[in-house]
Formats: sequence, C-alpha cells, structure tokens
Amino acid sequence: MNTVAEKMPPAPAAAGFDPRVEGQRLIRQWYAELEQASELGQPVANVFVMGNAVEILRAFDFKLVFPEINSLQTGVRKASEEYIRLSEDYGMSPDVCSYVKADVGLILKEHRHPAGRIPKAHLAVASNMCNTFIKWAEIWERWLKTPTFVLDLPGQRSAGWQVRPGDAQHAADARWVEAQFQELIARCEAITGRKLDLERLAEIEERVNRMVLHWNNVMVLNRVCPAPYNAMLDGLTFIGIMNVYRGAPEGVEFMRTLEEHLKAKVARGEGRVAEERFRLLFSGTPCYVSMRRLVELFETWGGVFAYSDYLTFAAGGMDAAELLYDTSRPLESLAEVTALAAQRGLSNQFFAHERLARQIRDYGADGVVFHGIKSCRFVSSGMADTREYLNRRLEVPTLYIESDLIDPRYWSDAQIKNRVDAFFEALGQRGGAAPARGAAEAQRRSA
Amino acid sequence: MTAQLPYDHETELEHVLERCNAARQAPLPAKDALPEGFSGLLGHFPVYFPEEIAHAAGLLPVNVLGGGNRLEMKHADARMGSFVCSICRSTAELGLNGSLAGLAGFVTHPICDAAKHLAGIWSRNFPEQLSQILYLPQNVNTPGAVRYIAAEYQRLRAELEKATGRRVEDEALRASIRLYNHNRALLRELYAVRRDEPWKLSCIESSLLTRARTRMPCEEHTALLGRALDAVRHRALRAQDKPRVVFVGGFCEQPPVEMLETLDDNCYVVDDDLLIGLRWLSADVPETGDPIWALAESYVERSAASPVQHDARKSKEGYLMAMLREARADAAILTAAKFCEPGLDDQLAWSKHLDEAGIPYLVLEFEEKMTSFEQMAMQVETFAESLLFALA
Ligand code: SF4
Ligand code: SF4
Repeated sequence: MNTVAEKMPPAPAAAGFDPRVEGQRLIRQWYAELEQASELGQPVANVFVMGNAVEILRAFDFKLVFPEINSLQTGVRKASEEYIRLSEDYGMSPDVCSYVKADVGLILKEHRHPAGRIPKAHLAVASNMCNTFIKWAEIWERWLKTPTFVLDLPGQRSAGWQVRPGDAQHAADARWVEAQFQELIARCEAITGRKLDLERLAEIEERVNRMVLHWNNVMVLNRVCPAPYNAMLDGLTFIGIMNVYRGAPEGVEFMRTLEEHLKAKVARGEGRVAEERFRLLFSGTPCYVSMRRLVELFETWGGVFAYSDYLTFAAGGMDAAELLYDTSRPLESLAEVTALAAQRGLSNQFFAHERLARQIRDYGADGVVFHGIKSCRFVSSGMADTREYLNRRLEVPTLYIESDLIDPRYWSDAQIKNRVDAFFEALGQRGGAAPARGAAEAQRRSA
Repeated sequence: MTAQLPYDHETELEHVLERCNAARQAPLPAKDALPEGFSGLLGHFPVYFPEEIAHAAGLLPVNVLGGGNRLEMKHADARMGSFVCSICRSTAELGLNGSLAGLAGFVTHPICDAAKHLAGIWSRNFPEQLSQILYLPQNVNTPGAVRYIAAEYQRLRAELEKATGRRVEDEALRASIRLYNHNRALLRELYAVRRDEPWKLSCIESSLLTRARTRMPCEEHTALLGRALDAVRHRALRAQDKPRVVFVGGFCEQPPVEMLETLDDNCYVVDDDLLIGLRWLSADVPETGDPIWALAESYVERSAASPVQHDARKSKEGYLMAMLREARADAAILTAAKFCEPGLDDQLAWSKHLDEAGIPYLVLEFEEKMTSFEQMAMQVETFAESLLFALA
C-alpha cells in the first residue's frame, strides 16, 4: 500500500476543509437528489455496499439508493427504534438483521425517511456477499414488485486463498461475473431504453480509480502515529462518501481533498486525540446510535481506532490492493476487479483472522476491539473464535463488546463502559501506556 | 442350523429403522473400520452437496447435521455467539470436542453467513483438515451458471484428488451418479407413499430413513430403502381421521425427533422439506456425457427449492403452494429454526401469503437442542382439532 501512496502526486492545499461538514453536505445533497428522482423520471436502483455494479448503473444514470445507508441513517438520526418496532409489530422476528427491519419499517411508512422521501426502485442488485442482502431483496420483490438481480460473486473458498489476477481460478471467476454483468446490462437497457455507452463506463471507472488511490492513501496515513483520524468515527463519514459517490466527480474531489487535508495534519504531527496512547483496531460494524459515545469511551483513555476492518468490507473491498480498472477494456476489467474484491476485501470476512493479523502489523495496533452485533451474522458469527485465535497466536490483547448497529435497545452504557475501562487498565498494566510518539516520528513515517 | 423366521413386514421395517437410527447416532467410523471401497470421510454441511464427487474419490460423504438435543456444549459456547443457530454451534462443538477428528475435510456452502463462518472456524481450529466453501451460486438464472458450477465442481474434484492422492476418473463419477440416481428415485417413492397413503409411513420414519444416507455408503442406503419401501407398501394400516399438512422449515437444521413425533401424533405430514439437500436433485442426473457437467446442469435445471437458494423461477410462496397442491394438503406447518435468518424471513412471507390464500397454518419455532415439547404438543393438537372441525 505504501507504493500506492508514493505514486500519488502531492495534493494542493485544502484550507478550510472539514471532512465531516463536507461529508454531511454531500449526504444531504444525495438525499435531496433522491427526492427529486421520481419527479424527474429518473431510473432508480437499490444497491448494497458489498458487491455491486454501481459503475454499470451509473453509466445508465441510475439514481442509487443504498438501503443499508438509509437504515443506518435512521440510527444516526435517532429514529431507528420507531422503524424497527413497526416491522416487529408487522411480524418480523427480533432475531433478524436490524437494517432489514428498519427498511421494512420504511416500507410500512410509505418510504418516508427522516432524511426525505426514498423513491421506489426500478431495479435491485443484491450480491451474495452477505446472504441477508438476498433475503432483503426478496422482500422488495414480494412487496414492491422490484425486479431483482442477484449478483453471485464467487468468494474466498478457504483460508490461505491466493488468487492473483490472470490465474486460471481468477479467470474462471471473472468470466462468471462478466456473464452476469452482461445480463444486468441487458436489464438496464430494457429499463432505460438506452444502450450501454462503454466510453461512459470507462470514464466512471477512471474516476473510481482515482478515488481508490486516494482512499488507499487515506488508509495508509493512519498508519502513522499519532493517527490523524479515528477510523470508526471520521472513517464512517469517509466510507459513506466512498460508497454513495463512487465514480462521481464529487467523490473524487472529496477523496482528493481529504487526503490532502490528512497529509497536512500528519505533517503537523496532529493526531485525532490530543495524546495518543493506544492504537487500536476495530473489528465489526459500528453502533450508529451511539458511535460518538463509544469512541469517546476509548478516546478518554487516549485510545484511537487506527483502522477498522469495516473500512475494508463496507467500502466494497476497495483497499484490498491492485483494484484498479483497466479502462481500455472497461467491462472485462470491471468483472476481474469485482471478482478480486469479492475475495480479498469482502468474503475474507469469513477468514477474518488472516486479515486482522496483517492489519495489526500494518497499523501497529496495541489491541483489537471486537464489536459483536447479534443480528449481523456476517460480521459476528466467527468473531469469538477469531478473537480466541488472535489471543492464542498473536498474544494481542482484545476486547469484546456487544450492541447493535441501529437498535438502541441493545446499548448498555454502564456495562460497555466497565468493559472498556477494564480493557485499558489491563493494557496499561501489560506494558505501560505507549508514549505519545509525537510529530517527529509521524513526519518521518509519512515522508 | 437356525430356523428361518417367517418374513414379517413390520419386523422388517423395524430392523431397517433400527439400523437407520443406529447410524444416525453412531460415532464416525475409525480409519481402519471404514466401509469397503472408502479411504476416508468427507464432512459436508447442509443444504446441498454433490456427494457423487466425494463418493467417486473414495471418500464417504458424511452430512454433518449438528448435534441434536443430547450433545453437551463444552467448547462452542465460547466460540460462537448465542445468536447463532443451533446447528452451526453444535457442528462447531462436534469439531472442537473431537467427534469429527476423523474427517479428511469439511465443506460448507454460501447458504447463509453463519454457515460460511464455519469454514473459518474449521481452518483456525482444524488446519489438518481440508476446509472449504463450495461456492454454489445464488444466481442460477444467468446463462453461464452451469459452466460456473462445473468449474467449481472441478475445483472440488481436484482438491479431493490432492487430499486422497487418487485420480477421480469420469467413469467412477458416472458410476456414482448411477448409484445416487437410483437412491434418489427410491427417496421419491418414499415421498410418494407419504402423499398417497400417509398412514403407511410417518414423517419421523421417513426422516429416519432419509437421514441414514448421511452416515452410510449410498449403496447400503439404497438397499435399506428398497427393503423399507417393500415393507411399507405391505403394511396393513388403516387411514385415521387426521388432517393432511405440509411441513416447511426443516431444510437445514433438523427438528428433534420428539417434535416430529408430536406432528405425527396429530397430523399426516404429507410432504416436507426435511433434509431437502439429500433430495435436492428432483430427477435423474444424465448418466452419459461429461459427468461433472451433468451434475452442474442438474443443479440448475432439476433441483428443489429452499429459503437459502435464490432462483427467479421458484418463488418461496410459489413452491409452498405447489407442495400443498401436489400433496393435497389441508394446511401448512410453517417452522423456522431459532436464529435462522433465511428461515425466519420466509416463515413470515409464507404466513402472509397463506393468510391471503385463506389456507390454515401453524407457526412454530424449533431448535435441534430443545428438550421440552409439551407446549408445542398442545399447540399442534389444538391446530389439528381446529382443522378437523373446519373440514368436517
Ligand atoms: S446482516 Fe450485517 S452485513 Fe448483512 S445486511 Fe445486515 S448489517 Fe449488513
Ligand atoms: S439453520 Fe439457517 S442460519 Fe443455520 S446454518 Fe442453516 S440456513 Fe444457516
């Protein structure tokens, strides 16, 4: 990843750029555009963040609805409980993914979301990366008659799975993905009455390439000490833009400016926390209803989340290296990269120990915090075992806490605080607090 | 010389069922006690697995169906959260307590996220075993799906060749396909009896007979099925006044025996999706041509439906309605294994659909590890009575 950083030209100054404020503005703008989609007769597609084909959909000018983001936004806006309860009253089991429940609540509320009205989709693309996506899309198929396309991405088949671009396995997987893209394109053509413009697709891919380069650099910048941002707070804004504006000019601009802004912070030796004492890795999904509070519990101890695997899988696996499109063969290349990303960045969640072991090293992590979500089996089912493995093999201190993505009923402040405090006390006893390594070291590493 | 006992259908069936039940509960055979022709055991998780490939490789396919309600959980509670379904947790327990140490490998599938995680758990804890996810597609409708599945099956074939050090010839695969075709034809006959003369074969008997294939060579199972079918057909039992119901929700985790007994006591379960993976291919796999292609094509063109496979040709409501129609059922029992997200999602969809169609149903949640059935028995009894009353 360092090589990617080295390839980048120095970014111009980003004075006055506040990623959070700009991120919020862009998300508002996106919702505002969604509100107008029906009126303007624009085609709308529902897509998920792991394994989609937004490049193709954008080439057909689909307005993109990200149901996961709608659901998390009900949490951020403290409205999720109402939506979840509505779906449970309807009959949804308390044991299913709370994102799905919030979305069913949204359907029951006739698409009225705290951020605006969500248009009905003309097409849904659901990948198999999380199987809940498929069940979720079946709900739309059933209720809203939304035509659904299941994009089947062959995932990582075993531990130690080494697939390189161009080898036989990769070629076979990419061929299957491309066959599905061909069918998806035919569907898009039927919906929009337009042919796919390959040049347009290449243009979009070029923008994604630029975003990915910036994104990788942004990730790399948090390897320095002190970390310039918190991967589980600031990182959530970044990831939102990475998904919603993937392939759009605003996305490129945001990522470019963000990188520049963070580089400047690193050069100044300015960290996310005043005195960084512990560098932590976060594994799992956020608790959007209480994320600020959760981060605060860590930061008061000088603990910063230098990285999170969430930034890998929930950004579509875009930091999993080598994921750049060859725009001279836009469709084939899209299939090749999608197949690789599915294995290196998404389905390797099922073999999380491999990725975490690498990231502990890359980010110089003093400990790993696992956040289990009962209703998200994609992240949580193997978590306890992964934790045990890391404890045993790498002797890295770990903490396990549990709440929910957006269901406030699962947030137990006192209990979580106790666990966090105990974790830091143990970390402190283990080898004493890590000294603030300061600006000089940061500058040396970012140079 | 011992005098030959006269052939008696009930005794014959009893013997077969005893053998099946013993196979269900028996530990895995030791390396030196493997059935003839097999050099090892290959574990596979539900739902569907192309057993023919393992069989042709000389590995006895063992369908790992969790630990039922007698397994003591000593290790898995600390490794898999309480929110994960029982079959995944107990499968992990069977691994961790050493019961599955004799497996050469364990293959799971992308039916749900919990099942996929089992491959990670396996690779972390049993690195000596071949631990794999066989990526059966969730899109079988795009042209090219057969080619993709065939490539995945070839990959599996190569992995097994590597593990056993023995080539899997096409001829061996064709021979396995022939054996399994015969076996599946008998299973279809078993289910035809359930539909046509349900008083002759209960749901629990049928489930025990089917399940035996998870622990014995196909050849032996086929022989047992033949004997069982013959005995069942000659059974002198008369129809009772019980409602005809279809049972769904048993596609992966299996309900406890006691739960099925409760159903049998009160209803004729004329069709079900229990162990659907063992009956996944609904017609013969072509016995000529490229055997891998034949298996792959059968998966796409001649296969059952379940909540964990997306196929645009088979809506969940559509296939339930077809089951009800074809089995001439009066009602449905809609179950889901606790914490089984796909099952719970479809249970709700089914219930809403049956509401609209005006078909009576009963909603039940189960866990393989449950041990108390009184409340469920009461619910089923009341449901059956209300059906009989309505049908009278
Ligand atoms: S189960 Fe987890 S990954 Fe899947 S949709 Fe729900 S929150 Fe997302
Ligand atoms: S019972 Fe359901 S959740 Fe559990 S492994 Fe089977 S399909 Fe997955």
